[in-house]
Amino acid sequence: MVNNKRVLIIIPALNEAGSIAEVVGEVRGELPGVDVLVVDDGSSDRTAAVAAAAGARVAKLPYNLGVGGAMRLGYRFARDHDYDVAIQIDADGQHDPRYVPKLVDLLDDNDLVIGARFAGEGDYQARGPRRWAMVMLSAVLSRVARTKLTDTTSGFRAANRRVIEMFAGWYPVEYLGDTVETLVHTARRGYRIRQVPVAMRKRMAGTPSHSPVKAMIYLGRAFAVLTLALIRR
Amino acid sequence: MKLTLVTGLTGLVLLVTIIELLRRRQLREKYGMLWLAVLLIVIPLSLFPRLLDNVAGFFGVVSGVSLVLFLGIVFLLLVCVHLSWEVSALEEETRTLAEDFALLRAEIDAERAARDELVSRDG
Repeated sequence: MVNNKRVLIIIPALNEAGSIAEVVGEVRGELPGVDVLVVDDGSSDRTAAVAAAAGARVAKLPYNLGVGGAMRLGYRFARDHDYDVAIQIDADGQHDPRYVPKLVDLLDDNDLVIGARFAGEGDYQARGPRRWAMVMLSAVLSRVARTKLTDTTSGFRAANRRVIEMFAGWYPVEYLGDTVETLVHTARRGYRIRQVPVAMRKRMAGTPSHSPVKAMIYLGRAFAVLTLALIRR
Repeated sequence: MKLTLVTGLTGLVLLVTIIELLRRRQLREKYGMLWLAVLLIVIPLSLFPRLLDNVAGFFGVVSGVSLVLFLGIVFLLLVCVHLSWEVSALEEETRTLAEDFALLRAEIDAERAARDELVSRDG
């Protein structure tokens, strides 16, 4: 329970056996009384077993669906088990669970709260095409959502019952759909979106890519996904 | 005459293939019927390629054969799009199944863990 609300932490994980135990342990340590669901997105390593040993509930997908598939499963679980709040946290340890109460507080007046880097806290910086993509996404999505959004691809978000209900029935599985398209969809249906600044930490395992070619491809795909999301109903 | 033989035989081989696939239940009827209908148009045309010259003239196409080629490509494109659409629907269905399966497995795991705990407490 956080502020008298039943809270479920959803952690989509793909081959994160190296960091998942620490992430689950930290969440359970910082947030007693909160349930943790690790969605193992078809990992080939021991992610599911390690997460279960760390005390999380585990839903193991039979094959890889992508973050969107793992998240819809998480929201379906939250809906079926009657949670008030569902919070997505990355399995690589870059999100600090101490921000969770802040996100839950803001759900009193909002439907979807996003923990955003670049919003004053932390020291993460991106350059080149990756940065252009982020600027484009935040400019357009801020307009659509009528609120300032600087980190639209953040995987740290809290949803209330109304949004859980919607995401349980509809959550895109395509690349960037889980972040960009869900924001457009949510905003268009009149839900209130709000971001809070959070400091991101270094990933416990794995490294982000820095190839300029990949960054350009990312920009192109982000543009395509955004355009499609805007012309879709 | 040689050409008519080649095209006519090709049409017949295709017809036999489709019927055989349908007979062995390897092809859903909705697709089988589609290809049978296509072959029923194609086989007469392969024997008498000039059949469509009048229609072609009406559309401003010089030769009936060109018209058939054009329509054939358009038709194949439509079939490809249709198949992509079917695959998208299938992927959505298997995705839902995978999620259902994972949810059920999580339920079973939770119940088993609860039962084990009960047993170990009693025992």
